[in-house]
Amino acid sequence: MTTFGLDTFGDVTHDASGTPLTHAQTIRNVVEQGVLADQVGLGFFGIGEHHTPDMPLSAADVVLAAIAARTSSIHLGSAVTVLSSDDPVRVYQRFSTLNAVSDGRAEVILGRGSSVDSFPLFGYDLADYEDLFEEKTHLFAELLKGGPITWQGKTRASLHEQDVVPYTEPFPTWIGVGGSPQSVVRAASYGFSLMLAIIGGHPGRFAPFSELYQHALEKFGRDPLPIGIHSPGHVAPTDEEAREEFWPHYLDMIGRLGRTRGFATPTPESYAHEVGPHGALFVGSPETVAEKMARTMKKLGASRFDLKYGIGGLSHESLMRTIELYGTKVVPMVRDMLA
Amino acid sequence: MKIAVLGAGHVGPVIARLALAAGYEVGIAGSGDPARIEMITEFLAPGAVALPAADAVADADLVVLAIPWHRFPTLEPGMFAGKVVIDSMNHWPPAEAPLGTSEEVARRLVGADVVKTLNHVAYQDMEPAGGRAVGIAGDSPDAVRAVAEFLEHIGFDPVPVGPLAAGRLLEPGSPVFGVAARRQEFENFIKEQS
Ligand SMILES: NC(=O)c1ccc[n+]([C@@H]2O[C@H](COP(=O)([O-])OP(=O)(O)OC[C@H]3O[C@@H](n4cnc5c(N)ncnc54)[C@H](OP(=O)(O)O)[C@@H]3O)[C@@H](O)[C@H]2O)c1
Repeated sequence: MTTFGLDTFGDVTHDASGTPLTHAQTIRNVVEQGVLADQVGLGFFGIGEHHTPDMPLSAADVVLAAIAARTSSIHLGSAVTVLSSDDPVRVYQRFSTLNAVSDGRAEVILGRGSSVDSFPLFGYDLADYEDLFEEKTHLFAELLKGGPITWQGKTRASLHEQDVVPYTEPFPTWIGVGGSPQSVVRAASYGFSLMLAIIGGHPGRFAPFSELYQHALEKFGRDPLPIGIHSPGHVAPTDEEAREEFWPHYLDMIGRLGRTRGFATPTPESYAHEVGPHGALFVGSPETVAEKMARTMKKLGASRFDLKYGIGGLSHESLMRTIELYGTKVVPMVRDMLA
Repeated sequence: MKIAVLGAGHVGPVIARLALAAGYEVGIAGSGDPARIEMITEFLAPGAVALPAADAVADADLVVLAIPWHRFPTLEPGMFAGKVVIDSMNHWPPAEAPLGTSEEVARRLVGADVVKTLNHVAYQDMEPAGGRAVGIAGDSPDAVRAVAEFLEHIGFDPVPVGPLAAGRLLEPGSPVFGVAARRQEFENFIKEQS
């Protein structure tokens, strides 16, 4: 089964005059966006945890619960939960509560944390991120089995025959991978699905990761599991409109992040490349975006695609239009192309 | 010439692949048992041999350090004597340390010829190398020459930026860090700094 979803990092949107909306209004708008995603027939709506003034969605599960109350079929999840700087017990509790509230529609995508803002906030040392993620992923996998748990480690108090509640039906768990082969193998070893975060460069370069994952699942004696793609994009009626709308905000955001994170500052040429057939930005008309999605999904053997829509500075109205076009135009075209 | 790549994360397998494509023999190592990286090697750098770090280094003429900076102190320094060592590591998050990573690497790996390069290119931009300009800094002219030749063979355009201390010019925060600068822009930037 193929599933199409949307992810947001909850960037602060601007009004028509270019003034940033408040955090509270931004969050209420994300609820509206989630409801629209359900109305246009999408299968998943995910919120990525961030802790900065321009991305204030630090408590995704609360917002997801609000969306759950107003929808009936869309799945709701994190994209991602930064597990390294969180307590797996709390993550489990929050999402199994969401699973109860939504009648079995919760999903979790676990991440090691490429966005580093949560480490100092919660008192973690970035130098420990591999060990933190390793140990916490293990605990989370144990919690998902349900029932009283006994566990011991270095990153939290040990548990002895402990009930961690609420107990709900198992919910799908993914590991988000940005290019770490260790994370691919880890996902397979725990039986978690693989979400490839493709945010720059040629999506085709991830094909060996898909093969590695499938091979690793086999080696660990597990049944095949879905592979998903998370990529940024923006949809408008024409290619030109989509590209022009997205560019100034993309330049602003990557330019700011780039210096410290090692991304190149975009130029008009590099942007043209990223939105073109060999780049990782799914920006364009419904036809262009659909064609690129279908090609990428085939190439990587993916049965799930989550478009990460929205970028700081765009308006809520423009995001609503992207969601509408994605659900009503792009996704049906991709389904046809994959059929 | 034989290459040892230490690190099988984002960066290591990409460098291994580029070297294999250019015809080099490549050994690759993680921090532990090579069995742990065998699958990764098979799918991401087919043709490379997964080895314990000490064996990979012992066999090689050129060693690439593609491990996290905070793990560098876990390397056994003695095994690098007489080797040419590429430091592609970055302080993370960017640190106000008095010395660049490569100066510290050289200090600790006594007897090795350390050259700083590739640290300023994001792993997803390394392949294809496509003649991209990369800075190269080192104190030993022979080692710099050997590394420049290696970089050219795997598809980069190495631009000398000076002695190892000048490697700081390639670190996070620099105008060439993470930027697809051309040779001319690189040279202009280096000139401005000297
Ligand atoms: N990511 C980029 O785009 C980029 C670009 C340029 C430079 N760099 C620099 O390149 C280095 C590697 O980055 P990365 O993103 O590839 O890191 P990574 O994905 O975390 O991978 C690190 C690798 O190093 C291995 N390792 C750790 N300690 C080791 C030891 N003592 N001996 C041998 N292998 C060891 C790890 O193996 P185990 O799993 O066995 O511990 C792992 O395979 C860092 O210094 C980074 O700053 C990164």
